[in-house]
Amino acid sequence: MRLRLVRKHTTVDFFKSWKIWIGISAVLVVLSIVSTLTMGLNFGIDFKGGTTIRAESSTAVDIADYRAALEPLGLGDISIAEVFDPSFRDDQYVAQIRIQAQEGQESIASDIVLRVEAALQGVAPGISFPSVESVGPKVSGELIQSAALAVVIAITVVLIYIWLRFEWQFAIGAVGALVHDIILTIGVFSALQIKFDLAIIAALLTIVGYSLNDTVVVFDRVRENLRRYKKKDLTEVLNLSINETLSRTVMTSVTTLLALVSLFILGGDVIRGFVFAMIWGVLVGTYSSVFVASSTLLRLGVKRDWSKPSNTDGNQFANIDA
Amino acid sequence: MLQIEGWKRVLIWATCVIGLIFALPNGFYSKVETYNDSKVAGLDAMGWPSFLPSGLVNLGLDLRGGAHLLGEIKLAEVYTTRIEAFWPEVRNVLREERATIGAIRQQDGGEGELRVRIGNPDAMDSAMEAVRSLARPVTSLTGGLTDDIVVSAIGDQLIVMLSEAEKLATDDRTMAQSLEIIRRRVDEAGTREPTIQRQGIDRILIQVPGLGSAQELKDLIGTPALLTFQTVVGQTGNPNGSAGIGNELVQSAENQSLYYILERNPVVTGEELTDAQPAFDQNGRPAVNFRFSTTGARKFGQYTTDHIGEPFAIVLDNQVISAPVIQSAITGGSGIITGNFDVVESTRLSTLLRAGSLPASLEFLEERTVGPELGQDSIDAGKIACIIGFAAVLIFMAMSYGTFGIFANIALIINIGLIFGLLSMIGATLTLPGIAGIVLTIGMAVDANVLIFERIREELKTAKGPARAIELGYEKALSAIIDANITTFLTASILFVMGAGPVKGFAITLGLGIITSVFTAIFVTRIMVVIWFEWRKPKTLEV
Repeated sequence: MRLRLVRKHTTVDFFKSWKIWIGISAVLVVLSIVSTLTMGLNFGIDFKGGTTIRAESSTAVDIADYRAALEPLGLGDISIAEVFDPSFRDDQYVAQIRIQAQEGQESIASDIVLRVEAALQGVAPGISFPSVESVGPKVSGELIQSAALAVVIAITVVLIYIWLRFEWQFAIGAVGALVHDIILTIGVFSALQIKFDLAIIAALLTIVGYSLNDTVVVFDRVRENLRRYKKKDLTEVLNLSINETLSRTVMTSVTTLLALVSLFILGGDVIRGFVFAMIWGVLVGTYSSVFVASSTLLRLGVKRDWSKPSNTDGNQFANIDA
Repeated sequence: MLQIEGWKRVLIWATCVIGLIFALPNGFYSKVETYNDSKVAGLDAMGWPSFLPSGLVNLGLDLRGGAHLLGEIKLAEVYTTRIEAFWPEVRNVLREERATIGAIRQQDGGEGELRVRIGNPDAMDSAMEAVRSLARPVTSLTGGLTDDIVVSAIGDQLIVMLSEAEKLATDDRTMAQSLEIIRRRVDEAGTREPTIQRQGIDRILIQVPGLGSAQELKDLIGTPALLTFQTVVGQTGNPNGSAGIGNELVQSAENQSLYYILERNPVVTGEELTDAQPAFDQNGRPAVNFRFSTTGARKFGQYTTDHIGEPFAIVLDNQVISAPVIQSAITGGSGIITGNFDVVESTRLSTLLRAGSLPASLEFLEERTVGPELGQDSIDAGKIACIIGFAAVLIFMAMSYGTFGIFANIALIINIGLIFGLLSMIGATLTLPGIAGIVLTIGMAVDANVLIFERIREELKTAKGPARAIELGYEKALSAIIDANITTFLTASILFVMGAGPVKGFAITLGLGIITSVFTAIFVTRIMVVIWFEWRKPKTLEV
């Protein structure tokens, strides 16, 4: 007896209500953009500069006390947040303190860190500081640039690769799905105000990889079925391809999610944001490869005659201009 | 139909076994670490068989704990110092032309500029000509020779600047000196495996595992390198002994238990040194030639004349690096330091002497400290998460695909082993996001197998018999596997090239994971399926 997440033979019509799906995606994309523009992202020090101090003590964290202790130091914007994690010991209380980049300084002056630590020791004796990180505005500016560049390069490279391996319509479909996934991920980070740092960029690029992985598998089947069923309507071919690969899509998403959820729950608070981004990306990526990528492909139409060897290759370039 | 040639089988299994052997040391991490340490220290290494590889996956700072600093050397400061040193020469050549160019006077210049006002601006051309005669050739970027200085004029002011080629050469020297000084200082702290790298044009990355705070590291690097030549009063083995009034106890750099009693007041300081070069003494032993400035030479000459046969100490940053005996009066302003060194050491010492203190100021752009407990917590949490996630995936695969699922599971275990084997082989660093990369790989690695198994299921509906279905399944799933993994691999590569620190660690595990998972899916599960098929010869197949 086998565990079957998807019935042996499925004939779901994925394009019956494509307008609704595209509509939902469009609304979510718009919401994400609006959220990012109005609420902004909760940039970590990697991108904004400043200092974070992780404080650990055996007594409960009183954020008001901490704030009162740090206020007299006049360091500008300070945010204090308590961190919770199931892996903590019973008497382990952790707070994350973030201090904005100081005017006219690259990395934070050491005496400021010492003063902060002394002030906190005043309110919570026995407090320790397992990590102190400080990034100057110069480096953070460069990090944000190279991160954005990395995402753009990744998308471009993938666009070119799929264009070469498939057809330009496929490339547009895949990249449409990708951009959709990235925007939704950034949107959810903005809406929930989860810390957005360098690791999240890594997560975004992983989402790029994962979402593509899914899309490419579906497209590969589409290409195969286009060769096999030359007379079938494009909608039918797409539906058939998605149905045929549905079991695999679900299986892979489930195994990946199993591993990620375990990391999310047990992996500690340091990488939780990172893992959250990937879980979200897997969900959105799976959805988008079925609905966004394929719908785009359906709208764009596609070359039907794959049997002739590439004497039509020149047309691909002409089509791009057209 | 369904077969794999013998040599291919051998090759596949051999690859697995070699990968796993390389991964093996990581299972005995602390044991192998001690073994490696004693080997490095030249001791008799025990506790690990020497015929096995002993490469380990390095743990990143976020896992091991330690300090990370990114500093920027203010290179332009050196241009100013360099160009200002030209003033005496420039003054001399211009004075010779006094008749035509009139009186000269040094002006306040911008950074990296030497400005001279000339009494008779009409003769600027000949003034510039005269100064240009001071130029020395340097190799430019294009490989040709060009002047080391650029002479220009604005109104009655003559401006001398370093040429671009000379600036580049100066930058390289400055960075090399800075790296050397920082390396020596970090080594002094006695920490293991520090990373000190030049990054880009003017940056230095310093990572020291096990250091309590970045502050400690900053203190270490921030101290000025003070070189002094001091009179030796005596030697002692007692670090707490009294040195006497006006004296001090200074530890020997070569022999940690040896202390020198020195006169506190130095004879000459490193500020009066103008040059130091590695050389050889009369007996052909490695030595260091040095040269004093005029005032330094006078002081040193006087001192050596009065103290022939006595030792004097060369002290750098409060450590006696050597205490040679004065053989003869050194009045020429240059001398030679002999000691118990080889060529490498003499080169190093001369670099240090030349450098003395950091050639330009260092600004810290980024600093991170991770406590070892936090790192250990992360490792523990990562381990548990890996094991649970791994187990969940294994169970799920077995439930979904039965026997074939078991094959995929064995391949997955080999896959994880291969990742660690590769990581150890290339000496890569495992970071916290790197662990996430492994967990992600666990989840995604089965993808290739899933693609194949699903395809076999489909082919079973139409194909003639199980053998054909398996064959077709592998054949037809291949293009999807290749395309899907190449795209993911491309993004991992971009991450690797563009990413910094921990993110790079993620890219490495993800990238290696893709390679090993494709290998295990295409070859390892296949070989298992084929062997199973040959053994069972099933008439029907359930996947």
